[in-house]
Amino acid sequence: MSTVTPTPGRKVNRIGLEQQQYRGGKTTLCAGCGHNSISERVTEAFYEMGVHPSNVIKLSGIGCSSKSPAYFLGGSHGFNAVHGRMPSVGTGALLANRKLIAIGVSGDGDTGAIGIGQFVHLMRRNLPIIYIIEDNGCYGLTKGQFSPTADLGSKLKTGVVNDLPPIDTCALAIELGATFVARSFSGDKKQLLSLLKAALSHRGTVMLDVISPCVTFNDHEGSTKSYAYAKDHDDPLEEVSFVPFFEDINVDYEPGTTQEVVMHDGSKLYLKKLDESYDPTDKIAALRVLQEAQRRGEFATGVIYIEPDRDDFLELLNLVDEPLAMLPLEKVRPPREALEEVMESLR
Amino acid sequence: MTPTELAVADAASRARPSEDRVVNDFSIQVATVNGSGSQTANLVLIRSLFQMGIPVSGKNLFPSNIAGLPTWYTIRASKDGYLARKKEIDFLVAMNAETAREDVLTLEPGAAVVYDEPLKLNLLRSDLTFYPVPFDKLVAQVCPDAKLRRLVRNMIYDGVLAKILGIDTTEMDKALNRQLGKKGRAFGLNQAALAAGYEFAEKHLPKQDPFLVERMRETAGMILIEGNAAAALGCMMAGVTVVTWYPITPSSSLCETLISYMKKYRIDKDTGKATFAIVQAEDEIAALGMAIGAGWAGARAMTSTAGPGISLMSEFAGLGYYAEVPAVIFDVQRVGPSTGLPTRTAQGDMLMTAVLSHGDTKQIMIIPSSVEECYTMAMDAFDLAEQLQTPVFVMTDLDLGMNTWMSQPFEYPTRPLNRGKLLTPETLARIGQWGRYLDVDGDGIPYRSIPGDGMPAYFTRGSGHNAKGQYTERADDYVTNMDRLARKFETARQYVPKPEVQRDPAAGIGIIGYGTSHWAIEESQDQMRDENGLKTSYFRLRAYPFTDELTAFIDQHDRIYVVDQNRDAQVVALLRMELDPARIAKLRSVRHYNGLPIDARSISDEILAQEGHEVVSRSRRPAPSGDETAGVGGE
Ligand SMILES: Cc1ncc(C[n+]2csc(CCOP(=O)(O)OP(=O)(O)O)c2C)c(N)n1
Ligand code: SF4
Repeated sequence: MSTVTPTPGRKVNRIGLEQQQYRGGKTTLCAGCGHNSISERVTEAFYEMGVHPSNVIKLSGIGCSSKSPAYFLGGSHGFNAVHGRMPSVGTGALLANRKLIAIGVSGDGDTGAIGIGQFVHLMRRNLPIIYIIEDNGCYGLTKGQFSPTADLGSKLKTGVVNDLPPIDTCALAIELGATFVARSFSGDKKQLLSLLKAALSHRGTVMLDVISPCVTFNDHEGSTKSYAYAKDHDDPLEEVSFVPFFEDINVDYEPGTTQEVVMHDGSKLYLKKLDESYDPTDKIAALRVLQEAQRRGEFATGVIYIEPDRDDFLELLNLVDEPLAMLPLEKVRPPREALEEVMESLR
Repeated sequence: MTPTELAVADAASRARPSEDRVVNDFSIQVATVNGSGSQTANLVLIRSLFQMGIPVSGKNLFPSNIAGLPTWYTIRASKDGYLARKKEIDFLVAMNAETAREDVLTLEPGAAVVYDEPLKLNLLRSDLTFYPVPFDKLVAQVCPDAKLRRLVRNMIYDGVLAKILGIDTTEMDKALNRQLGKKGRAFGLNQAALAAGYEFAEKHLPKQDPFLVERMRETAGMILIEGNAAAALGCMMAGVTVVTWYPITPSSSLCETLISYMKKYRIDKDTGKATFAIVQAEDEIAALGMAIGAGWAGARAMTSTAGPGISLMSEFAGLGYYAEVPAVIFDVQRVGPSTGLPTRTAQGDMLMTAVLSHGDTKQIMIIPSSVEECYTMAMDAFDLAEQLQTPVFVMTDLDLGMNTWMSQPFEYPTRPLNRGKLLTPETLARIGQWGRYLDVDGDGIPYRSIPGDGMPAYFTRGSGHNAKGQYTERADDYVTNMDRLARKFETARQYVPKPEVQRDPAAGIGIIGYGTSHWAIEESQDQMRDENGLKTSYFRLRAYPFTDELTAFIDQHDRIYVVDQNRDAQVVALLRMELDPARIAKLRSVRHYNGLPIDARSISDEILAQEGHEVVSRSRRPAPSGDETAGVGGE
């Protein structure tokens, strides 16, 4: 990681990089698309956390949402894979190099339909990756068909009504073993930024479902994933504040009102609870909160479930510290005697 | 008449020429029930012959089932060193009541049968030699514990065969010891069963058949191994670091053996940690997705599968081709469309794999014929994948992968890993401007950086991209890139394994074969030369794309017979894609697709028939559970 001496007068982060260095290419998505705001938050989060772009890999499937990694962190390697299969590509990349920081962007179709199988197994493995679903309840790129996260009774522009129950990706992720599950809204800058920064401090799968309206195909009256509907039905569970390990800030809070979660890297997540009885480290409570919000027709947002200490998938594999991709020949080719021993056993 | 009756009538009319002694040149077939623990007995049998210096091969014909269905194990002893399946069975061990009748009725006259006495098989025919053995009685005497009898019962036939065929019992004990590793009680019980079989034969079964073994010196220093284990060793020596797979017959044992080798030899001495990651994926789509992700991030990554998995991998295979990501895929081919016959052998994925995925995709295939090549080509595959920055398919089959083959021991690799054109500060300085898909050297192969290497980053995508890796839908960008990929495929011709050519200047016809057909082809060449005076040349194909030697070989001959273990003459189809009409006109086809390993006689008969020789087939034995269909060729 290179640390640049800051140019006087320029605003830089803790590793001396300017926010500009975290931007990507110019977006080709529709103006006003929720996905664009998410790309901006990602840019800010990585800048503010001082993560070096060259240590990051960006992954995605196929869809408007999956195009977004091209629009942030231009200095990072990116891989726009095939529809619904980003989890496997991300898994392979991290097996190859456990030092990389992985962020994946998917859509609700890319995850909930064609990719549900890989999603399920990604969550189960608790791979260290930040997995964002840019959730607009429809297929943007193929022009507005329903996706599996569309709510019962939600209407398409053409008037077609969805008559199947939605898949709640957060409930599924919790059930399956993800260790940091949150929901947010692309229009809630503050909450989303805090969640993304906290995500960078977590080791394990972070599953972040972000309601991200599609202005072109699903932003009308009768849609439950429009800006207007999301704004009215956003039901935050907590006020989320995040203090990274490298900032020396003391947060004063009244005992009983706020839950402090110490993250893997020592950062602290403060959750000022709007519902006092809620405990985001309790799986059953988390699932209940999701069910109840859904029954009311609302989105419970914020940190829904967190388990900061569980071993992630790479730890379970007992890998050497150096990235497997960089091991020299002598580490990966057993000596002559090894082959001789095998040959002897076959004679 | 039923097919079986036909076969008997037919066989009876062509009685075996009377021979007093047939030494080290016959096949033994053991018919048992799947799950009855015959594997140990069969391995002990083949191993003892091998230890006696006699060239052997063993082929397991098993059902897709865990227990209860019929299974056959065939051992061929061949003083001339022929390792292909022999079509005729000379010596049958009939342990399976269900198949015994058909097993016996389809034998050649003069064959010998060891059978379980209560089956009364001797009543079926008068032109065979029968050796009844009371297995239950014998096993009860050596194994008081009724629960264990099932496990040692089969060892009795090894003892009987040792006596009848003249196998050295000390070699049998040695082989048993190797197989069971002197596991105290198991070893003792099995040894007692061996002895019981031997003693019974000595007392009650006077020798009446001509088949005998005698010591030779043909196997000294050699090894016995399955192709999947050999490939696994090759992968380990190639420095594989990421293995992602999904179980499927007949490829599972490749990754499973690899796991055991890696656990033993690839744990870092200083830290006790693994220098590899092996992950059982949720399906073959994910298995290849992971391998592609790992290859992209710089690992030597692989997966292994069979036909159904290859079908599922198609979309990722296209991504690997178009985004230019290295990965190694073993296709241990099995039979049929759909699920087909999962436990039988074929070369049925050649055509599909060559163009696996939509939209002008072309894949690299390398094709081992022997266990030794499974080992060396595994290493070639990883080098090629990185050199060419593309998926490389190693096309083996069930016969090679799961059957036991003898081989010279494998040599330790001296070649360093070829990691291809990885971007370094030096290359960057030399080439000046870098673009991920920029053809700097004119060979179609660009330079690549990998995440975390400190070199410039780029965006990898399966959508349209230009030389810099940027998204584009421009017509000229698309064509430029596709033409470069075609150029890269041309370059590949120089790097892939070269064919092995045996040219007989006196031969008017040439044979092109690949993979496991090799063994039957070599034997068939001898048959046609010795029996019909027909001389042939032979071109053993080892890779796709084809190399320059191909056209020269075709030009040197009047007619070319292409041997395919599939119905649709798939490699003929691939050849037709590349050759001009005059050369295409020379192609003839020999096909074999009944699920059994191809044998020499089927090839000889087919070529001779097409060449206008009169063919008196010496055997029309129906194959176990099916008709033997050597395809009628013709181009
Ligand atoms: C195998 C395959 N099937 C279908 C498609 C077509 N396709 C492209 S994007 C998409 C849906 C994307 O929807 P979503 O993931 O919700 O993303 P959004 O565009 O809404 O952001 C589909 C069906 C494809 N690219 N690949
Ligand atoms: S179609 Fe919808 S999802 Fe796609 S870019 Fe436009 S607004 Fe966004």
